[in-house]
Amino acid sequence: MSRQPTRDSAHDYALALGDDALVMAQRMGEWIASAPQIEEDIALGNLALDQLGQARTLLSYAGSLSEPLRTEDDLAYLRDAADFRNVLLVERPWGPGRPDFGVAMARLLVLSTYQWLLYDDLRSSTDATLAAIAAKAVKEVDYHRDHAKLWVLRLGDGTEESHLRMQAAVDAEWPYVEELFDGSFVHPALLDEGVAVDPTSLRAAVLDRLASVLAEATLELPDVTPAASGGRRGEHTDHLTELLADMQGLARTHQGATW
Amino acid sequence: MSTLTKPDAQPVWEVVAAVLDPEVPVLTIEDLGILRAVEVDDDGTVRVVITPTYSGCPAMETITTDVLSALARAGHTDAEVELVLAPAWTTDWITDQGRRRLEEFGIAPPQPRSSDGVVGLTLSLRCPQCGSPETRELSHFGSTACKSLWVCTACREPFDHFKAI
Repeated sequence: MSRQPTRDSAHDYALALGDDALVMAQRMGEWIASAPQIEEDIALGNLALDQLGQARTLLSYAGSLSEPLRTEDDLAYLRDAADFRNVLLVERPWGPGRPDFGVAMARLLVLSTYQWLLYDDLRSSTDATLAAIAAKAVKEVDYHRDHAKLWVLRLGDGTEESHLRMQAAVDAEWPYVEELFDGSFVHPALLDEGVAVDPTSLRAAVLDRLASVLAEATLELPDVTPAASGGRRGEHTDHLTELLADMQGLARTHQGATW
Repeated sequence: MSTLTKPDAQPVWEVVAAVLDPEVPVLTIEDLGILRAVEVDDDGTVRVVITPTYSGCPAMETITTDVLSALARAGHTDAEVELVLAPAWTTDWITDQGRRRLEEFGIAPPQPRSSDGVVGLTLSLRCPQCGSPETRELSHFGSTACKSLWVCTACREPFDHFKAI
């Protein structure tokens, strides 16, 4: 099949959305057997599975648009960090020391609020596959958003200790919010043709919803300078390399293995 | 929603429709509403269309294998299973029989979904063990992504609820 600008751009777009979901799924999976309650082990495992499922459909689609054709597994297991297009928000560890559950809930709130509004718009994409993926995903991330919100409210408006720690978690995640709205990776033709959602167009609604949850949780809206961005261009932190070593090690050591 | 291309596909439909969901094995894939179409070509080739409940449903590969095995046992060795995402599955497609079977199995069936696609949070459910309305949600996510975890404050038993989606 001949290379077409729209086809390549749609590939890049699906890849970026799929990488956000894949890297979030892998990070989220780290909570299984480490969450504060057994119910939360199960919940976060299920959230990770939803994200993984969304990643699989998006990466399968991206792979079908690439030349030569690539499978979801090729894309998940055989790319190096510099070829990943996820935002930095999702690749960072859950804390500088021990994994911090507050950080997990702050990040989940940010990502799921963004994904919920994104997929809600992407349901009307002129690309039938992206529209179908979004129509399924929007219902799933709605539960993620609600789950994160309940915890942010409980911890933010909880004890003095939980309030301080939830605020610290929100402060740690906020510098990475702005990168979600950087639309420079989306080819203008995709916007003209109604294939993609302009990330910039989601900014006001996402920030509004986040601000309203923080206010209800008696938390301060952080006034922060955005951190370095560049995930959409393949400029990642070393944390992604470490995450991929974990995720890809087995598949790369035993390529083509089945069980 | 479910389609048969030809009247003579009905016996084939029944073979496929009897395949059980591997995660809730009291439900058939027809009860669950994930069996979308069965088509039989003039040359006898069978094409089955199924749709996942959730994007990440890990049971789809098993269901595909089970459908092909059931067809092979019924003599239809030339068959394929296609997975479609659109239209997106909803719990509204679970049949009345499916709802009854869920309840008998101890899983509270899903509430009807509102039409705009937004799922209202469930306020209260009837305990599938003792029937009491005095129940509360423990977690949005239960033993699988499609279920939430509840506890009955009357009989103290925990139970799963099939979430409306």
